[in-house]
Amino acid sequence: MEGIFANLGIGFVEVFKLQAVTIAGMSMTLPFNILMCLIGVILGTLIGVLPGIGPVATIAMLLPVTFNLSPIAALIMLAGIYYGAQYGGSTSAILVNLPGESSSVVTCLDGYQMARRGRAGPALATAALASFFAGCVSTLIVAMFAPPLAEVALKFGPAEYFSLMVLGLVSAVVLAHGSLIKAIAMVILGLLLGLVGTDVNSGVLRFAFGISEMADGIGFVTVAMGMFGIAEIIGNLEQKEHREVFTDKVGHLWPTKDDFKRIIGPTLRGTALGSALGILPGGGALLASFGAYTLEKKVSKNAHEFGKGAIEGVAAPESANNAGAQTSFIPLLTLGIPSNAVMALMIGAMMIQGIAPGPQVMTERPQLFWGMIASMWVGNLMLVLLNLPMIGLWIKLLTVPYRILYPSILLFMAVGVFSISNQPFDCFLMALFGLLGYVCVKLECEPAPLILGFILGPLMEENLRRAMLLSRGDPFVFISPSKPISLGFLAASALLLIIIALPALRKKREEAFAAEEQA
Amino acid sequence: MKIKSPRDFWAGLMFVTFGLFFLVVAQMNYQMGTAVRMGPGYFPTVLGGILAVLGAIVLVGSLAVEGPRVAKFHFRPLLFVLASSLAFAYLLKPLGLVLASAALIFISAYGGHEFKWKEVAILTAVLVVFAVVVFVKGLTLPFPICPDFIEICPIR
Repeated sequence: MEGIFANLGIGFVEVFKLQAVTIAGMSMTLPFNILMCLIGVILGTLIGVLPGIGPVATIAMLLPVTFNLSPIAALIMLAGIYYGAQYGGSTSAILVNLPGESSSVVTCLDGYQMARRGRAGPALATAALASFFAGCVSTLIVAMFAPPLAEVALKFGPAEYFSLMVLGLVSAVVLAHGSLIKAIAMVILGLLLGLVGTDVNSGVLRFAFGISEMADGIGFVTVAMGMFGIAEIIGNLEQKEHREVFTDKVGHLWPTKDDFKRIIGPTLRGTALGSALGILPGGGALLASFGAYTLEKKVSKNAHEFGKGAIEGVAAPESANNAGAQTSFIPLLTLGIPSNAVMALMIGAMMIQGIAPGPQVMTERPQLFWGMIASMWVGNLMLVLLNLPMIGLWIKLLTVPYRILYPSILLFMAVGVFSISNQPFDCFLMALFGLLGYVCVKLECEPAPLILGFILGPLMEENLRRAMLLSRGDPFVFISPSKPISLGFLAASALLLIIIALPALRKKREEAFAAEEQA
Repeated sequence: MKIKSPRDFWAGLMFVTFGLFFLVVAQMNYQMGTAVRMGPGYFPTVLGGILAVLGAIVLVGSLAVEGPRVAKFHFRPLLFVLASSLAFAYLLKPLGLVLASAALIFISAYGGHEFKWKEVAILTAVLVVFAVVVFVKGLTLPFPICPDFIEICPIR
């Protein structure tokens, strides 16, 4: 335990460090890292509140901005955007019944009902407090579990990495809507698209078709903006706008004594479940919030109130999604493997800064590693202190009509994508992936598994090649008893697939997604 | 043969096409290598093959089991949103940020349900100022502000 606090101490020193910076020609001494954290959480909340733009698109847009920052300031700000978005997402879920953020989908169910009964204030406060509690606990969890995991990960060979990525992809498949086989196909399509560009081993240009801009492969930001950003805007434009904002009904914020009693249990359980699910590759905030809501519905004394404005139905998913958002940094920081699209962007940010993500980051750059973890706690505190008083401002934002928002979002996306290589070709690719994303939605093929496959494609190929080289072409190296970790990962993947394919559970899974669609 | 589930039929067809495309291109252009020393063609060939098989399963299933139709395509937002980002991309260098942004905003706004000239004009003015100040001045992105053919740019 003492070691953890000593380490966190290093982190806090780093976060609050005064730095000489030059802004607009004036040099001054500022606690620059904490300032970046503040900007990150405010931007994140803003994005979370606005429906129709997620953290993936935001971080992608802001990636070029971070080029000029120090690595730690860049990562602190990007992390702030991610967990800030979890906070903001709940605000629009409660007040407009629109999830600003995919992980707030379940918060809509009870949060919006509370708002309709005139209890929007306590619902918002509950969401904020539950998130804060979860943020504190999961920061400690990251600090406790990251070092031992990184130590284990240092012993991983290519076979273990390959199997771990298989497990990650399988969990992404399990989380996807609809047909299992289509989700697997999307993962494989993603893996294939990830191979475009120069092959690291042989230097051969693959699938570039003589286009010089494709030599470095297709940018992840381009794919994510197209598949998520553009396709989502087109999808939103299909429906007529309909929003009912409870603006004047947010009176008193503070929950009653009875409310407090009712949210303690769900918050504790939500935090525990969220922290556990966040660590899984392919997991993170979304899965955590669904899991916590379902669990609470089962164990709560007030189960009959769920869906009609039960405060437990706000506390549980909100604590879980924040905990999950935070612990999903564990696989990133210890293994260098992204568990979702946001983490993939963080990897991109690290690589731009010249840091190879992986278990060695913790030992080689302790300031960066612990500074980032400490900043999460500070960021969470800032979110509670800032957001409860600022709710009025966020509500105003919610009344901005979509016909004003989407051209602005499009402009920012286009600027962000264009600035990656300063070539029009990237925007062309973004439009192409937008089209693919739109077609996929129409054919009910989820884009999320494709994105994860796209990120892991080159990594998987490289580790597969290395593992096969080391084993002299023996394909059983991945399941041999001499590699228990690899065997375990693959066994877990197989088990997950079998469980999901079982008829009884398949029905359950479909029910869960049906409930989500109604939300 | 009758297509019973159009949505799955087209999805399956899409996967088969992509799978075969990657498989054939990899086979024709890149070395396979062996399992021990995999060449650049190995992984794409295997994955392309798996994708084609999965697509074929979906395709066959769509002929056997009843399923939903493909949801309606809305071509207006689709075309205008895609066109607006392309317009921005290819106009930025010759015409500069101001005009390229205006083109993006006007074209994309035209793809929505309501198009009010006044509102879009105000939005354009606000966003153009924001873009110039934040992206070019603040973040020093190397974008031209004015068109190529104007010798002296009034905005500095």
